[in-house]
Amino acid sequence: MDKEKRNVNYNIYVESKIPKTKAWPSLFKAFLVGGIICAVGQGFFDLYSHLFPNLAESEVTSCMLMSIIFLTCFFTGIGIYDVVGAWGGAGSVIPITGFSNSISSPAIEFKKEGIIYGICVKMFTIAGPVIVCGVVGSIICGFIGLFI
Amino acid sequence: MQTIKFKNKPYLSNGYSIVGPLEGKGPLKDYFDYILKDDTLKEKTFEKSERKLLQDIIVGAIDKAGLRTGDIDFFFGGDLLNQIVSSSYTARELELPFIGLYSACATMAEALALAGIFVDNGLAKNVVAGTCTHFSSAERQYRFPLELGNQRPPTAQWTITGGGASIVSNTPSNVRLVAATFGRVTDFGVSDVNNMGAAMAPAACDTIIEHLKNMGRSPRDYDMIATGDLGKLGSEIFIDLMEHEKIVLGKNYCDCGCMIYDKTERVFMGGSGAGCSASVFNGYILSKLKKGEFKRVLLVSTGALMSTTTSQQGDTIPGIAHAVEFEYVDKSTAKKEVKGD
Amino acid sequence: MISVWDYVISFLVGGFICFLGQILVIRTKITTARILVLFLVIGMVLEVFNIYAPFKEFAKAGASVPIIGFGASLARGAIMAAKEYGVIGIFTGGLTATAGGISMAIFASFLFALIFSSKTKKGGH
Repeated sequence: MDKEKRNVNYNIYVESKIPKTKAWPSLFKAFLVGGIICAVGQGFFDLYSHLFPNLAESEVTSCMLMSIIFLTCFFTGIGIYDVVGAWGGAGSVIPITGFSNSISSPAIEFKKEGIIYGICVKMFTIAGPVIVCGVVGSIICGFIGLFI
Repeated sequence: MQTIKFKNKPYLSNGYSIVGPLEGKGPLKDYFDYILKDDTLKEKTFEKSERKLLQDIIVGAIDKAGLRTGDIDFFFGGDLLNQIVSSSYTARELELPFIGLYSACATMAEALALAGIFVDNGLAKNVVAGTCTHFSSAERQYRFPLELGNQRPPTAQWTITGGGASIVSNTPSNVRLVAATFGRVTDFGVSDVNNMGAAMAPAACDTIIEHLKNMGRSPRDYDMIATGDLGKLGSEIFIDLMEHEKIVLGKNYCDCGCMIYDKTERVFMGGSGAGCSASVFNGYILSKLKKGEFKRVLLVSTGALMSTTTSQQGDTIPGIAHAVEFEYVDKSTAKKEVKGD
Repeated sequence: MISVWDYVISFLVGGFICFLGQILVIRTKITTARILVLFLVIGMVLEVFNIYAPFKEFAKAGASVPIIGFGASLARGAIMAAKEYGVIGIFTGGLTATAGGISMAIFASFLFALIFSSKTKKGGH
């Protein structure tokens, strides 16, 4: 039997052996964690609109995001956010807190290689694609904006 | 021939194992020589901790055998970090003649086999073979930062913190090395780095079949056949593959990765890492062999030979397995044989 | 002024977006970076087609906290700046609109990296 065919068959077999875990618990956890993070965000939003009634809505939103980003970095530092992430899955990744965690966790991890080559260089090992795709995408959107 | 039969059957005089706190809660906790309370070993970085861990293991093994570092002719060792730094730096600290090895998680069996060959052929009197892994240093090299909130897929395995070392020597004791089989690198096209058990199972199968064939034995001749770190899924696949080759494994088959953790620990498919088979062998299996509760044991350490670069480039994972066979000898007969020489 | 409904809808919509993401995780073994990029791009597309603004009006923080909101701000910033300043705005608009979030993420990460060290995990969850 030729190798390619054997490998294809083996992979099909392995796939069939992988235990099927129930999807619902993890979907529920993701829903719960994501929902709570968004509700906390809403809390900050209401707080800032109450404290600074003169700010525009977009500025209040920006303040709210900055606050939860800061808090996430703190929770990453004290070693809580990875526990939340392992429990909540996508629920902890998709909110902006996931972005924040993906910047702070390599920064903290690679601190031991020094400030320049550790923290600064490795900071974007995971979140780099978000910044790159974000900037490239926004330029494309802006280009479209010229014509609409 | 892939299998090397030792003519003089070198002795395995002692083994020493250290494991981390999580492994120390597992079902084999009474067999390990030392259980760490603090897995940083008071070092500043996890790489330094791993180094210190290996150094403690090697020194522990030498002490336990009643030897000094000066009595050791060679140190066979390796680990999972890039450029096997933990082993080389350990060799630097202990000033031992060092033969560095890399077979990923199969390093323990490779080191034991080579140590056996050296002693068997009279090239050395006392040789130390050892390896270890550290969860945190492996994690930051192979996967993600520790504090990243990510979920592992259910097929993932947990790199153990711990390791072990054995002293192979020509001084009589009641455990001997019988034969060793060096495995072929096999690749069945698995590319999922979170399913290494499936990638390594064909290698284990290939090596064991070769070993049994060359030794003229069947699985029933062994009190224990232990694979290194196939994990729960990997060992199920392995059993299926063996059955496909018409070799039925009985209750004497077990996997070090499945044995080391308590069933309640959330470690997915079980333990992995070079230290996995090293600690289980030197802790659990060797103490059973020494007491004569096991008469004949086959240790098959399994390794996955990919790197982060190859897997990012989409290459498949090659697997390797090395097998070493041990037997228990009654101490009185062992001494007689020496006198007879 | 504070209405309970805002919290309920934030929780439900935000949770639902994460629920969709988790389906992807289970089905496709997608990694963190890919999920983030995917939802970022979804946010941009929503903004370009003018769907994001009414969506946010409805879902409140449930729309702005997920990374979709980040993508939408990038796109909206670039589009607005392009209309106002022309070609130069295409390049300046996106990052200007999201500067607060990015700067805070970098600053806080740097700060806490100086203070804290990573810790060994105590088993999976």
